[in-house]
Amino acid sequence: MTTAAATTIKARQRPGDRIFSSATVISGSLILAMLAAVAIFLLVESLPAFVAGPDDFSGDVTNFWSYVGPLVFGTIYSAVLALLMAVPVAIGIALFISHFAPRKLAQGLGYLVDLLAAVPSVVFGLWGIGVLAPLVQPFYTTIVDWFGWFTPLAGPASGTGRTIFTVSIVLAVMILPIITAICREIFLQTPLLHEEAALALGATRWEMIRMAVLPFGLPGIISASMLGLGRALGETMAVAMVLSPSPEVIFQLLTAQNSNTIAANIALNFPEAHGVGVNILLATGLVLFIVTLLVNMLARVIINSRKAFSGAN
Amino acid sequence: MSSVLEASPLTNSLTAGKLPRRASLWVLLASWAVSAAFFVMLHLSAAVDGFNIVGTFVFGTVLYCVAIYVLSRLVEGSRKAKDRLMTALVTAAFVIALLPLISIIYTTTVNGLPAILTPTFFTSSQRNVVGAGGGVLHAVIGTLMVTGMATLISVPIGLLASIYLVEYGRGRLARAITFFVDVMTGVPSIVAGLFAFALFALLFDDPGIRFGFGGAIALSVLMIPVVVRSSEEMLKLVPNELREAAFALGVPKWLTILKVVLPTSIAGIVTGVMLSIARVIGETAPLLIIAGFTSSMNYDLFSERMMTLPVFVYTQYANQGADSQAFIDRAWAAALTLILIVMLLNGLARLIAYWFSPKLGR
Amino acid sequence: MNFKRFGRPAVIAIAAGLALSSCAANEGATPASDEASASTLTGTLNGAGASSMDAAQQAWIAGFQTANTGVTINYEPSGSGGGREAFIAGGTDFAGSDSYMSTDELAGAFASCAPDSKAVDLPVYISPIAVIFNVDGVDELNMDADTLAKIFSGAITTWDDAAIVALNPDATLPSDIIHAVHRSDDSGTTKNFTDYLGQAASSGLWAEKASDTFPFPGEGAKGTSGVVDAVTNGTNMIGYADASQAGTLSTAKLKVGSEFVAYTPEAAAEVVAGSPLVADRAADDLALDLNRKTTNPAEYPLVLVSYAIVCNEYADAAQGELVKAYIEYIASAAGQAVAEESAGVAPLTDKLEADVAAVLATVK
Repeated sequence: MTTAAATTIKARQRPGDRIFSSATVISGSLILAMLAAVAIFLLVESLPAFVAGPDDFSGDVTNFWSYVGPLVFGTIYSAVLALLMAVPVAIGIALFISHFAPRKLAQGLGYLVDLLAAVPSVVFGLWGIGVLAPLVQPFYTTIVDWFGWFTPLAGPASGTGRTIFTVSIVLAVMILPIITAICREIFLQTPLLHEEAALALGATRWEMIRMAVLPFGLPGIISASMLGLGRALGETMAVAMVLSPSPEVIFQLLTAQNSNTIAANIALNFPEAHGVGVNILLATGLVLFIVTLLVNMLARVIINSRKAFSGAN
Repeated sequence: MSSVLEASPLTNSLTAGKLPRRASLWVLLASWAVSAAFFVMLHLSAAVDGFNIVGTFVFGTVLYCVAIYVLSRLVEGSRKAKDRLMTALVTAAFVIALLPLISIIYTTTVNGLPAILTPTFFTSSQRNVVGAGGGVLHAVIGTLMVTGMATLISVPIGLLASIYLVEYGRGRLARAITFFVDVMTGVPSIVAGLFAFALFALLFDDPGIRFGFGGAIALSVLMIPVVVRSSEEMLKLVPNELREAAFALGVPKWLTILKVVLPTSIAGIVTGVMLSIARVIGETAPLLIIAGFTSSMNYDLFSERMMTLPVFVYTQYANQGADSQAFIDRAWAAALTLILIVMLLNGLARLIAYWFSPKLGR
Repeated sequence: MNFKRFGRPAVIAIAAGLALSSCAANEGATPASDEASASTLTGTLNGAGASSMDAAQQAWIAGFQTANTGVTINYEPSGSGGGREAFIAGGTDFAGSDSYMSTDELAGAFASCAPDSKAVDLPVYISPIAVIFNVDGVDELNMDADTLAKIFSGAITTWDDAAIVALNPDATLPSDIIHAVHRSDDSGTTKNFTDYLGQAASSGLWAEKASDTFPFPGEGAKGTSGVVDAVTNGTNMIGYADASQAGTLSTAKLKVGSEFVAYTPEAAAEVVAGSPLVADRAADDLALDLNRKTTNPAEYPLVLVSYAIVCNEYADAAQGELVKAYIEYIASAAGQAVAEESAGVAPLTDKLEADVAAVLATVK
């Protein structure tokens, strides 16, 4: 808060102001310090992995980059699939609660969706193995029979349904409440005047939403999606329990061989890891860190390229 | 939307070109009926075994979307038709989200209820319990203490940081915080646990360190970005007019924030905080590493291993004894307990938000 | 101040927690007096290591803590490698491990042990590994190492393959694809399974070294419970898992010599008893070289042996006393019986029990 020109009228600085603003600055800086600590720790612990030789890896992998490559692919593949499934549904739910459902009902319905966020990831894992995978497996067989000529749907179909597609469904369900909750709050904050103006001009409800609510909420939707994506990228236990992994890049969605995700790979191998194996796993964690960084930078660019609608600027 | 005169035999220029009032409901029921008839025929012709009730509703709903669009387009025109289609789709999206929720709650309840109803479940720990029996008291206490401590750390820091970003922050520091908070959302939970472990192993020079407070720190790393991001969004939505009105009345900035901005956005902020709690209360991987687990009670966050509910669920599932059913039952029951706790906290937070938020009539 | 409002749920939660936490009903401070007087041991013992023996450890801990009310024991299933590492670094008092210490590890120093004192491997946990399957219309299945190697390496892909039919002339095998399930996490079970295939199968069929990571593609599942779930929920499945967790699933018989042997605790204990000690190690180190190629039909060669790793002499004599008492209990007939009942392990044979006891007698 520097005053650039001498003509600016300066507000009197009260002690309360000073204490409060420095408290916020300290908190903000504390976050930076915390993150720096995590990053430094990761980087230092990762260093031995980058020079690890073929003996330190299992299978045919010769160096760190060929080890982490398929994992990065699997992480992004499953998370993007999950996001593609979750975002439209989440926007739908948020709109339903904010603009379609009867007002009395809306509160309770929102509460219901928030409940999903409370289900521990282990339970999603158990549900994925025990309920979802057996349920979808017959569909996979049929889809492979009919559409097997299309590479991502090629066979042979998994015998248990524990594929990357199933994992994406589970992830989509897991990130749904996060995206929904934020979208819902933002849709509710749409200026009433905008909505009423649209309706007064003869717009139908959907047209009003498209013209007033969605443009207003867009930065929030993107922001919410990024939070959801962050969770999908880093989800550990549910993926580890549901996925049937394989150390390669695999585009097929419905077979028993699937590219693993970074977080799940850490969870699977960390318990028995020792020596340089731990460093290798931590280095994959660093890579995940960087992947999220890139994804978020991209999202920021998208948000900034649009005119911000928020009230505070 | 609809006229009060739709029953009138007279042609009314106001209702012309509109579907009757309850048209969509009847179309929906008709679609389901047609779909049911189709599946009954399929069943009778022995093409599939069993009457497919899920298929009936899915197919019927799709049929409804098509039918209402076509009908509305014929009678009301394309704009109205699109509106009806979107209404149908949005409602369908909501129902789709409910399916897994109901499925999960149902599975958890059915599997968890028998064990939760055993008399010892909430009154004892797992100390010296082999096979069936025992309880989760130690894990419930552990979860409440660890998550409570994480909340106490994260909410002040996260909220103040988001206030800084929205109200004060300009320039490089604000941009850096915004950016790195985004990055922080991508810290995998297991890495947060490893970080906390490495930090405290170094601080206390103990390679086997396990204690509850470390778990709280690990959870804070995961929780803070969620709190910052959601609070930031909510604070941004507070209309500038409110702030300007307060400033114009000579209210200091910090009081404007505390008395005007925060109360206006409190419902959203509380939702965000509850989400962040829900996000971390079910975390398994970091607590497994730094809080460890034990079958005995521990009330001290700062020493010795502490059991938490998600870790309890995980260990019961992953390390089953010979009487595996007892372990699986306990796992589901603990999961159900966890969901119930979050439900309770959620309800509480909503009440708080309701009490404190200004009544805006929406 | 507004922050009270946000902190309030947490504060209430903690308050509620403390109110709830009067005391756990089963953790009373009044042990049966006759039991308490029987033991003078007090203290806390921390161990870590193989997750395979966790269920058994929990049973042993319960048994030992009941008899010695002043003692608290924690066993953390952090994995064999991690367990050995923590033990060597001095983070724990004993380790559980699916494989014995390497010569490199033995050459180094042990932080919890007295200066210049080394540690020993004691076999205390024998678990048969079952080949589990779930095929419609098939209740019994005979297998030999060659066929198993072909199935799990992907050389055989259908259930009606000639090799399987030859072993099971009476079974009605479907012509469907075999879904072979393996552990997706690193585990001692995989290491023992691949070690068995590598040694017992004809040369060339399974060239991979024994390792914690399964070397071929196929259907992966996390943990023993994950494999059991995958086999239970799928069709035309086969997999391997600790026998105690097989539950209601059918298990295959393995060809030993000219007969097909179903897993039993006795047969598993027999093969361990019949295996020689690893050569070139200290006399009191009971590391075993498992005889996978046995032709004695009384033995079931697909077993996992876990070791308790303890110091010859502890830096802290009181801690040594505790470890000694605890491991003695584990390796005793009573301890083994408890583990058999709660975790389905195969009890040690009398001779091995005596050997372990003799080594423990020298531990201080």
